[in-house]
Amino acid sequence: MLTKRIIPCLDVRNGRVVKGINFEGVTDVDSPVALAKKYGDSGADELVFYDITASAEGRALFTDVLAEVASQVFIPLTVGGGINGLDDFDRVLKRGADKVSVNSGAIKDPSLVPAAARKYGDQCVVLSVDVKRVGGEFRVFAKGGRVDTGMEAISWIKRCVENGAGEVVVNSIDTDGVKRGFDLEMLSAVCGAVNVPVVASGGAGTAEHFTQVFKAVPGVDAALAASVFHYGEIAIPDLKAELKQNGINVRI
Amino acid sequence: MEIAIVDYGVGNLFSLACSARAVGAEARVASDPEEIKSADLLILPGVGAFEDAAGKLAASGMARAVKEHAAAGKPLLGICLGMQLLFEKSFEYGEHAGLGLVPGAVRPLSFAAEKGLKIPHMGWNSLEIKQKSPLFKYVKNGDFVYFVHSYHAECPPEYVTAVSDYGGEVTACVRRENVFGCQFHPEKSGGTGLGILRAFCEFEV
Repeated sequence: MLTKRIIPCLDVRNGRVVKGINFEGVTDVDSPVALAKKYGDSGADELVFYDITASAEGRALFTDVLAEVASQVFIPLTVGGGINGLDDFDRVLKRGADKVSVNSGAIKDPSLVPAAARKYGDQCVVLSVDVKRVGGEFRVFAKGGRVDTGMEAISWIKRCVENGAGEVVVNSIDTDGVKRGFDLEMLSAVCGAVNVPVVASGGAGTAEHFTQVFKAVPGVDAALAASVFHYGEIAIPDLKAELKQNGINVRI
Repeated sequence: MEIAIVDYGVGNLFSLACSARAVGAEARVASDPEEIKSADLLILPGVGAFEDAAGKLAASGMARAVKEHAAAGKPLLGICLGMQLLFEKSFEYGEHAGLGLVPGAVRPLSFAAEKGLKIPHMGWNSLEIKQKSPLFKYVKNGDFVYFVHSYHAECPPEYVTAVSDYGGEVTACVRRENVFGCQFHPEKSGGTGLGILRAFCEFEV
């Protein structure tokens, strides 16, 4: 039986892992290679690396760090941040990425998702969306969650999946960083709209929040978090044991 | 031990080469028939579409070299699309001929789709071992491996060494003598995957 995935997310800047609270107030946490290895050894099912400066300042991804991680950690790696064209896909796929996450790049150029899916396959193209409630609807935000695009999120996600996005990461800006649980309402809306894997992101504070999201929204395939793992508030082996005890199928 | 990884322009060989090195093999890339001929152990990787991959393998002359490698009794491991290429044909967007090294055909995961399960089958699933295989030297029943695929091989049970449950039995591992296939990605399956690669390196005909 397919298991639910636990995914630590490593935001990388200047070769180091950082974590923003509500995308602001960044603090240095650890070396990406050391942290990735630690997570791989402790049972993480996948790792996500975002170059958080890329969409704001157009910085190149730290592909050397990625290659170093890929040579030591043998679980799937998803890379995002600053992915604006097929050249960016190529650059990270050659250095160890298995999946590539597009966010602002897809908003700027909606032909990127279908072009990448044709070239690398749907399974390689992950749509990452920063979503916030505005005036009673779910709205897509760009540029690291700072700019309201005016686009309604569910229809944007549906359109990208129809165009070949093979997985969707839903980052709720409303719940991110506040540690009160994942955005169940937003995730239910996304899971009701698409039939590709959906990754919940934003809001994890305790192990119960992971149990809650998998129980309340069965369409959620994976849950992503950063600070609770980076600061040692939740240990992945303990989290998985607790999920299993609660009847969630996980890899142990 | 030296492993050659067939490079026919579809897929990322970086992680595969790293994982082969992690189990102590010397990994190199083979991008023409001569480089395949000199290999003891051969891995056929692949992501993407069957027709495109089969076409590139044939056009480069490497399809013939891979078949000669297998016919000489040397170990061959197909991974993901590389495993699907081992079969006689595939029904991915039409009907296309494969290498014909293992009897059977590649078909959509329709039993999973009919039950409303998501396609592709993506994530960690457990192996149900159906029969012994040298690849399972370090693997036990129920170990988890990482899958990403929308099609799978339907072949006679005598060649199926392991399956996974996803709305039905997904063909996870096959073997025909010195020819092995894994539908999942051992290079992305943590310690279990490295164990499979290690066992492949240690396989003696």
